[in-house]
Amino acid sequence: MKLVMIGNGMAGARTLEELLKIAPDLYDITVFGAEPHANYNRILLSPVLAGEMTVQNIMLNDVDWYGKNNISLHLGKKVTRIERGARRVVAADGTAEPYDRLLLATGSNPFILPVPGKDLEGVLTYRDIQDTNAMIEASKRYKHAVVIGGGLLGLEAANGLKLRGMNVTVVHLMEWLMERQLDRTAAQLLQQSLEAKGLQFLLQKQTAEIVANEQGRVRAVRFKPAPGKDPGDGSEIVAELVVMAVGIRPNTELAQSAGIQCNRGIVVNDTLQTFDPKIYAVGECVAHRGVAYGLVAPLFEMAKVCANHLAHFGIGRYAGSVTSTKLKVTGIDLFSAGEFSGGAGTEDIVLNDALGGVYKRIVLRDNRVVGAVLYGDTADGSWYYQLLRDKQNVAEIRDHLMFGQNHLGNTGHQGQSRAVAMADAMEVCGCNGVPKGAIVRAIKEKGLFTLADVRKHTKASSSCGSCTGLVEQILASTVGGAYQPQEAKTKPMCACTDHTHEEMRKAIKEHRLLSISAAMRFLEWRTPNGCASCRPAINYYLICAWPHEAKDDPQSRFINERAHANIQKDGTFSVVPRMFGGVTSPDQLRRIADVADKYQIPTVKVTGGQRIDLLGVKKDDLPAVWRDLDMPSGHAYAKALRTVKTCVGSEWCRFGVQDSTNMGIELEKSLWRMYAPHKVKMAVSGCPRNCAESGIKDVGVIGVDSGWEIYVAGNGGIKTEVAQFLVKVKTREEVLEYAGAFLQLYREEARYLDRTVHYVRRVGLDHIKKKIVEDADNRKALWARLQHALEGEPDPWKERAAGKDGREYEALAEPA
Amino acid sequence: MEAAVTETLKPVRMARWIRVCRPEDIPELGARVIRRTGGDIAVFRNSEGECFALLDRCPHKGGPLSQGIVFGRSVACPLHGWTVHLEDGCAEAPDTGCTRSFPVKIENGEVLLQLPD
Repeated sequence: MKLVMIGNGMAGARTLEELLKIAPDLYDITVFGAEPHANYNRILLSPVLAGEMTVQNIMLNDVDWYGKNNISLHLGKKVTRIERGARRVVAADGTAEPYDRLLLATGSNPFILPVPGKDLEGVLTYRDIQDTNAMIEASKRYKHAVVIGGGLLGLEAANGLKLRGMNVTVVHLMEWLMERQLDRTAAQLLQQSLEAKGLQFLLQKQTAEIVANEQGRVRAVRFKPAPGKDPGDGSEIVAELVVMAVGIRPNTELAQSAGIQCNRGIVVNDTLQTFDPKIYAVGECVAHRGVAYGLVAPLFEMAKVCANHLAHFGIGRYAGSVTSTKLKVTGIDLFSAGEFSGGAGTEDIVLNDALGGVYKRIVLRDNRVVGAVLYGDTADGSWYYQLLRDKQNVAEIRDHLMFGQNHLGNTGHQGQSRAVAMADAMEVCGCNGVPKGAIVRAIKEKGLFTLADVRKHTKASSSCGSCTGLVEQILASTVGGAYQPQEAKTKPMCACTDHTHEEMRKAIKEHRLLSISAAMRFLEWRTPNGCASCRPAINYYLICAWPHEAKDDPQSRFINERAHANIQKDGTFSVVPRMFGGVTSPDQLRRIADVADKYQIPTVKVTGGQRIDLLGVKKDDLPAVWRDLDMPSGHAYAKALRTVKTCVGSEWCRFGVQDSTNMGIELEKSLWRMYAPHKVKMAVSGCPRNCAESGIKDVGVIGVDSGWEIYVAGNGGIKTEVAQFLVKVKTREEVLEYAGAFLQLYREEARYLDRTVHYVRRVGLDHIKKKIVEDADNRKALWARLQHALEGEPDPWKERAAGKDGREYEALAEPA
Repeated sequence: MEAAVTETLKPVRMARWIRVCRPEDIPELGARVIRRTGGDIAVFRNSEGECFALLDRCPHKGGPLSQGIVFGRSVACPLHGWTVHLEDGCAEAPDTGCTRSFPVKIENGEVLLQLPD
């Protein structure tokens, strides 16, 4: 089949990339581009204009890329005719090309004000490399520049020309700058900062005419008089260069001439198909559900869906985008998304520190974020944006919403929460030692747009993830509006599929899928046996949904869970036997000591969870070590219940009001062997002094005189999170039932690798209370399901000490 | 990006084929290890029944590849999750570096491995 693409910009080239990924051999592809360049990163034209980057830096797909992928590339050829009957396109130079499918990616044209003098020499628009080069040339010869349009593009152009040494005045029709993205207050702060950089502004001025000098080059811009003034009274300012940046219009000329339905843009449905089923369209040239987009992020989403349909996969719909904006002017930190201007039914939360230059406004409707404007501190922009896109209920976090996600507890990057304030040499990712400069360089040089790309290329935030927020900020400030955090609800499990975690769980439950291969077959996995990311997740979902029935697949478990011990950096393992409630005995300690001697275990260490860790055990020795220890598995290696930490409690402590030690032992005995989406840590304290640190556990119990308080979703690791109060109960049985029910709910609803804190943040504590506290029947049912799942679940160490899975631990004989 | 540790390849002299085990001794989508003084060798089997042998050291930080999750014709290193190709021992882009691979064949129900003398 033949695919012809008209337009060689970012949306079109991205569609081809996506298509080649999933159906590399389906089409013979021909591309027509009107510009003489291959595909470049248009959003980085501003740094080129500002002299921070060169044109070579911003190429995304060079000519070689087309060659390597067997794509015929016609550069500098403008297609002038689509013959739909004959199914072929014809370029201005007569080149004709037949097609089976046609992809229109003709982009947009800058809007040109219909004023006298618009065609004079020295009047430019700001759209492509040619415009950028013309502006750079003009800045060398002339002094006075006027930019018409105080929107995103106009301000970036003005900033670039100023940095090139020109006197720049920005003329804007409206009352304040970037009125489509900013409210008045934020816009005024922005204007002040830009004025401090030396830009000048004329607001509420409408251009009447561009005036020529004797040589026919622009010399001034003349304005319409203010209303009520004498018509001859229009003022003017000197201009040797005029840049019109007053908006873009979808380029539909070609489509219209071929009789393809257009309305503002080329009209497409949710599969990016035009009214002619053989013709698709993506990018700035389309109108989807009546909206034409001028930012890059939605174009990439379109590209993905369009490629999927061109490849005959037929899944995926484009449902429109909520866009966010980031101004790429060095030193200015600005973020806006959604409905920022408020209106009926909305409420604002505002922080305005005029002296500190920080302004934040979060717009809520029905306890959901619908818009955000941030100026001066955009650290949490992507978080608000995520909340907005996920339509998450923020009732529970309202009181500290304004302070963002990063207000406490993040470790590993020197307490920094603002990427812009960081020097290039400062380390962003403490796990992989990646400095800010390396991330910025990779984003620019490799043309990265997503967090996943950055992780792949730089490793930053790919280990513990605590610097994810910083990396997102760096990404956002480097690529601007092109960066769009993926909507978690629609995020596919991994590259093997387009299905989400939730869809997988639903399919497993509704269709009684009992094995990984059945689940993958049912949801049409693209890979024969998944990958190291989806297989462990599916394995967990299966055994969670169908305990005792689904087939647990050791080969789909991470080595620690397969070998039931923790792999160490040298390939040896660590062994942590279970000590219920942190209580041990002389006999156990003696056995541990004997085992350490007998197997020459180099390190014996007390853990943070009140147990003892034997480090440096050879894999071959593991079954014998377990046999000699004769203690239960501590599951310190598993996404499962780890430990229940306790304080001494009322049995000995003079302050204790409850017997926390025995409560902890009881909890641990009822819940051990419980696998979960991630590790689960618990604690029980015997009084509010809380020596067991229940406030930072997945489930924390605190004894008070009249009973027990239960806290959930705390975390003491990467990100310190204080657990939230769930309920107060009277009896030990109730503690078991509520804690168990909460954990079962987490097991059933969380995504694999979500800790309780992530899960509760996503669904909201209200949801948990509804299901556990307010609905007694549901609580009892959850608790019963967990007990059923744990019933008869063996101790993995005991089984292996008796010989199960022997070959996992035995090396093959060395060949003679 | 981190610099990868690449093993310097010594010139391979004429090698011999040696019997290792039967294919079914290796778990499907899994591996077994041959402990050896020149460095352990991991022998993998995938779902197509193909077998591969690599030096049991990830090109990244020397992690034991035999302990990783096997999928398709790749293994994910258990230490930091690098994906290493089973045919040639090379890391998947954008990571770089290769670990040594050894020729393997299956004959008369036996897995044979070619080791340099």
